[in-house]
Amino acid sequence: MSLTHTSPVRKAKNSVAWVLVAIAFVVAIIPLVSILWTVISRGAAAFNANFLTHSMRNVSEQDANGGAYHAILGTLEQVGIAAVITIPLALMVAIYLVEYGRGRLAQAVTFFVDVMMGLPSIVAGLFVLSFWILGLGFHASGFAASIALTILMLPIAVRSSEEMLKLVSPALREASYALGVSKWRTITKVVLPTALPGIVTGMMLGIARIVGETAPVLLLVGVTDSINANPFSNAQGSLPLFIFSESQNSVQTAINRGWAAALTLIILVMLLNLIARLIAWWKAPAAAR
Amino acid sequence: MAKRIDVSGLSAYYGAVRAIEDISLTVEPRTVTAFIGPSGCGKSTVLRTLNRMHEVIPGTRVEGKVMLDDVDLYGANIDPVAVRRTIGMVFQRPNPFPTMSIYENVAAGLRLNGKRGKGDLDGLVEQSLRGSNLWNEVKDRLNKPGMGLSGGQQQRLCIARAIAVSPDVLLMDEPCSALDPISTLAIEDLIAQLKNEYTIVIVTHNMQQAARVSDRTAFFNIAGTGEPGKLIEIDDTPRIFANPSQRATEDYITGRFG
Repeated sequence: MSLTHTSPVRKAKNSVAWVLVAIAFVVAIIPLVSILWTVISRGAAAFNANFLTHSMRNVSEQDANGGAYHAILGTLEQVGIAAVITIPLALMVAIYLVEYGRGRLAQAVTFFVDVMMGLPSIVAGLFVLSFWILGLGFHASGFAASIALTILMLPIAVRSSEEMLKLVSPALREASYALGVSKWRTITKVVLPTALPGIVTGMMLGIARIVGETAPVLLLVGVTDSINANPFSNAQGSLPLFIFSESQNSVQTAINRGWAAALTLIILVMLLNLIARLIAWWKAPAAAR
Repeated sequence: MAKRIDVSGLSAYYGAVRAIEDISLTVEPRTVTAFIGPSGCGKSTVLRTLNRMHEVIPGTRVEGKVMLDDVDLYGANIDPVAVRRTIGMVFQRPNPFPTMSIYENVAAGLRLNGKRGKGDLDGLVEQSLRGSNLWNEVKDRLNKPGMGLSGGQQQRLCIARAIAVSPDVLLMDEPCSALDPISTLAIEDLIAQLKNEYTIVIVTHNMQQAARVSDRTAFFNIAGTGEPGKLIEIDDTPRIFANPSQRATEDYITGRFG
């Protein structure tokens, strides 16, 4: 048997596999590209500075002057509050699971976090509706939506932070302990900084998920066309909700606004992603740059 | 500053498994003691019980006494974190902190414990880097990442980091096994210098290294798989290599096993 001889059967199998993989890739990419194309082309019509800086107050459906400012502000505030609550909480849980947890409690926490990952967003919305609004008597507000968004973001943030912390080499923890550094200081000064880029990415994934959640927002922020910068009282706008309500309309100007809002949402998520990458790059262990 | 270690009746367990049994030995101050023995004989475990690193692994425990001068390190009111500040350790694979520069790595032991202002730190970092023969190679790039050095340099950085906290004892767990012969020579020369100030215990797989570097050598062995490791013999290095008193020691040294 000569060393230069490659069996034609093997060559054929190789080509077939290669072609199948390429086809699969193209099939997977098609929806992504087509969504982007559709949103950009339909949203571009109404997407302008006026759109971004005005609300729908006193604007009728046929009027092309309205905008999504109230919705953008609302979403930013709702997601912002949810993130501010979730990030420290998720980090604490992840640190517990990785550094301290042994036995029953840690297993139970991991199990329930996994269950919560699959929680439908409308269920989270209904829970907050019955507990916060009907039970405790608060009214619809941006904050109520933030609570539901926190519930949705928490499992992703916990799981990804946990995985990132586990990836930190045990040799680093040993090096720190051997210097006589306490466990907590080791975690905050050595383990967390090393895992930071991965944790930031995980948090951004969580935020990207909740930014577009419509169901809980539908139930909890109420109805308004005006700008409300206070998330703790009165109804507030929300971008996914705005997209929903405008696109249900039969008037073309309203539909255009809906598409423009969809484009805004996608751009928002892309910006968040970029910021996350910048933070990760800046904070990366210097040798990895 | 360098202190004496007295070990008596030391046994260590991983869960229910006894890894080492009834170890008793003495390490004199300002000497280098080498632990040799075949793989799995427990020499690293013995080393790690000396600075209470063994108990960092969950489910482990230790019986017996380890005296540092006149203090029992496993006494009831002894803080393990404080013990590790007094007894430093260098590991087999160099492990500088990746998020820190060379300067920050050396200063880490002090900074992470919340001590010292900036002024003291510069002098101490230089002193430690000189002490580990790394100063001349890195003095112009103290702010560069610690991970950007070669293996031998990284290990010397870890040694500088360990001596920056002024320990009484320095433990080295196969510090040269991941390094090339030139770096190994550099570290062995360093050990010869360091022993003037510190008590050193070094675990090594390399018998020739033990013969070159140490004043006293301890030979550990296990009777079979699953059996605990035991101390077979400890003696002055020239004597243990030329004329060991135990059969097992002689077999190991002459390469009949291990």
